[in-house]
Amino acid sequence: MGNRVGIIGVGQTHHAAKRLDASGVELISEAVTRALDDAQLTISDIDAIVIGNMDHFENINYVDMWAIDGLGACMKPVFKVTTGGTTGSTVGACGYYHAASGLFDVVLAVGWEKNSESDTQAAIATCANPTLERDPFAGAIGPLATEYSMYMKAFGATEEDSAIVAARDRNNALNNPYAHSRQAVTVEDVLNSPMLSYPIKFLDMCPRSDGSCAVIFASEEKAKKLCPKPAWVHTSVVRHDYTHFGDLEWKFMPTLERASAAAYKLAGISDPLNEFDVAELYLPCSTCGVKWMDSLWFCEHGGAPGLIRKGTFNMDGQLPINPSGGVISTNPIGATALIRIGEAAWQIMGKAGGRQIEGVKKALCTGFGGCSWTDLMILGADLP
Amino acid sequence: MEKVAIIGVGQTKYERNKPETFAELVFEATSKALEDAGISKDDVDNVVSVSSDFWDGRTISSMAISDASNAYGKDITTVEGDGTFGALYGMMRILSGSFGVTLVCAHHKGTESNIKGITNCAFDPLVERKLGIDAISSAALQARRYMNRYGVSEEQLALVSVKNHGNAMRNPLALLPMDITVADVMGSRKVADPLKLLDCSPVTDGACTLVLAAERPAKKLCTNKKRVWLRGVGHCSDAYRLGDRDLSDTRALKDAARRAYAMAGINDPRADVDLAEVYDAFSYMELMWLEGLGFCGDGEAGEQMERGIFNFDGELPVNPSGGRLSAHPVQVAGLQAMAECVLQLRGEAGDRQLNTPETALVHGINGMCGQSHCVWILGK
Amino acid sequence: MGLYEDKRKRTHTPEGYELLAHESGHLEYDFNWHLGYYWSRFLAELRDNKRFMATKCPQCGTVYMLPRQVCGKCYVEMNDWVEVGPEGELEGFTIVRFPYVDPNNGGMKEVPFTSIWIALDGADTRLMHYCNEHDEKDLDVGMRMRAVWSEERTGSIHDVQYFEVIK
Repeated sequence: MGNRVGIIGVGQTHHAAKRLDASGVELISEAVTRALDDAQLTISDIDAIVIGNMDHFENINYVDMWAIDGLGACMKPVFKVTTGGTTGSTVGACGYYHAASGLFDVVLAVGWEKNSESDTQAAIATCANPTLERDPFAGAIGPLATEYSMYMKAFGATEEDSAIVAARDRNNALNNPYAHSRQAVTVEDVLNSPMLSYPIKFLDMCPRSDGSCAVIFASEEKAKKLCPKPAWVHTSVVRHDYTHFGDLEWKFMPTLERASAAAYKLAGISDPLNEFDVAELYLPCSTCGVKWMDSLWFCEHGGAPGLIRKGTFNMDGQLPINPSGGVISTNPIGATALIRIGEAAWQIMGKAGGRQIEGVKKALCTGFGGCSWTDLMILGADLP
Repeated sequence: MEKVAIIGVGQTKYERNKPETFAELVFEATSKALEDAGISKDDVDNVVSVSSDFWDGRTISSMAISDASNAYGKDITTVEGDGTFGALYGMMRILSGSFGVTLVCAHHKGTESNIKGITNCAFDPLVERKLGIDAISSAALQARRYMNRYGVSEEQLALVSVKNHGNAMRNPLALLPMDITVADVMGSRKVADPLKLLDCSPVTDGACTLVLAAERPAKKLCTNKKRVWLRGVGHCSDAYRLGDRDLSDTRALKDAARRAYAMAGINDPRADVDLAEVYDAFSYMELMWLEGLGFCGDGEAGEQMERGIFNFDGELPVNPSGGRLSAHPVQVAGLQAMAECVLQLRGEAGDRQLNTPETALVHGINGMCGQSHCVWILGK
Repeated sequence: MGLYEDKRKRTHTPEGYELLAHESGHLEYDFNWHLGYYWSRFLAELRDNKRFMATKCPQCGTVYMLPRQVCGKCYVEMNDWVEVGPEGELEGFTIVRFPYVDPNNGGMKEVPFTSIWIALDGADTRLMHYCNEHDEKDLDVGMRMRAVWSEERTGSIHDVQYFEVIK
């Protein structure tokens, strides 16, 4: 029961702090037309469409209805999914389940955001309980900053460790023509950048961007017919457990640990550090790129700084992370997690241009958001 | 297509100003659904929640109910739209082979928010929104277009309201059971011509949960009596701007219905369907949607309503629960309609039970003026 | 104009029209969220008795601060109330230095402010609140903290002004 599914095309906009030249619908259209071109299809080949973003950033209700023109969705099946920062990967999973269900063969999944249109932190602050948690909530950065302060205390990680991650992702972005922020930085530059929210500094933190990403999923038979080298979906696992920020565990990233353990089991992965060829991870700030490595089962709790100081996750390392530049370089929130899937798919399809890693057979993608939630998808060059 | 069944339903009472929080409403509906299905929380392996950031006034509206929706340790996701779309995604996830039992829960507290501002935000920010247009004024435009095109009268619209509020008298969960006449509707306060107060649905609070299961777990976990099969589904959206389409044309609904009927093997909807819960956000909508669903020709529903065809004791009962006119928790509404049909097909609908129905149709809409439609066929 | 053209630096249309943005002006959405049984009680206890009331799961025994109806792990309703605090251990903190819009009133949030996670004595989960220290050098995970109550309490999370380090 159920089809196997492959990604057969990806499109992205050129992400920027402010896309003055395009309305939201036009931004979506830019990504969709590029995805169709990438897959060598026309809109009439698309059987169903799913879209996601976070409403309060653009103040548009029923975004799936509003975006019809940009999506090419007139007189087609379409609906919307949204789960905060994990929206992009939730959209990706939704596209996957559409095609896996057998109800639709070729499915367009679109994530987008025009973060320039509003105050991002204010909008995010409304996710917290308005009476009890909104006021002390320190924006999206708050929980992340707090958890790293605990991790440093528990395991001796340093601000320099996270600065290495920041420099890595930002320098990787120089190879990505779509990335929002493309600047060469050194570890020193990061450490010297203004403190935003201890211990996170300006260059540690993701920007907010205008951008969109479109990924086309196809059921096995169609994928084989339409695409010479689909990126096959091996598994999709989601854990969105928590409601209150104070409930979170802090020594490790609990949803990431549970989701990845479940996904590795389903995908037959026992040694993730060696079995994956590339990882596109939703690291909203560099400190996550330290602490969360433990929770992906790459090492024991507290082992991440050691791996990072060794260069394990560099482009020429054992497991390159974020060749695209990651979230620290590009963050149109509703699209961000889907961009991880799109970039990983391009890595497998051999279409990653100047950021291509050689011989990618298995890729790991994650999404993050909400109350420390995790989405995870594993893609492979071979059928699962 | 692999068979998928609804094995449990749970609903809260639909009321105004409910004192419970979102989470408490979801817990109530979900607990009832689990109990109805006779399963434990661990028999569920994934959850689809349905909610709206706009209506809840919270970004990531699903976060508020994560605990309360039995999400811990499970794969979960959120659809923002009507509950019928949530159920569709819930079914897709089962058909994919990844999951066996999906819990679909929707919540809404319209009375905590400002419906005019919120529905105004559904319109294009640059032009339409500035006109102050919202759900009711846009519906008024559609109603007038429909009435002009087919010569439908306000009295025929009123019949829908009389029927549905009257049906709600048999539904202990409904917000507005009322024994009214056409004269009452015609005399009610004019809200936006041609719509009067009793042509419009009420702002409502409530929650509803369904438990869906693939054939094997459905047969293992509950008795035949409890199982209602999802036999067909279709969804389709029309153009966005009100001016980009003819508001009286139900082409998107016809497309969605066609897909659903094809999947369910239904050739003659009027004969094959025993009851229908359609999305009557406004009285005129019921008439339009009955035509779009193929229960009669375009423009004929008003006249058929006059003949009592769609009454509780008529040939094809429509909205025996009282419909959205009697209780309209947005996002929840489609799921509530599905729950009602499940009860009907099981023979558990109490005072509103129809005579042994076998096949039911549920219709949900998303967006303004019925831009997008989702049609379900349920069978015993 | 190629499909993959990078249009990020554009400020005008090809014909020379300036690219415009539309200011929405001040927008307000009013809500009237009900607090329900559990939070109504929690806030009343802050206001009237200056104490923190938590809920305890009858199945796994987890004591939740903030209290709530459902234990997420066990999926059971909690009706046992337990007093926790008023002192506790600082489990995490951050000092926010960049201002952003306060969704409560549309103004800018006053910075710096210190957001803390405190595990009140007896509670298994942490409360998010404020601290009056605004220098990283003065705070360390593991410090003991106590609540400083407001003179005027109205049934709000601000009935506790902030937590201070017990020196």
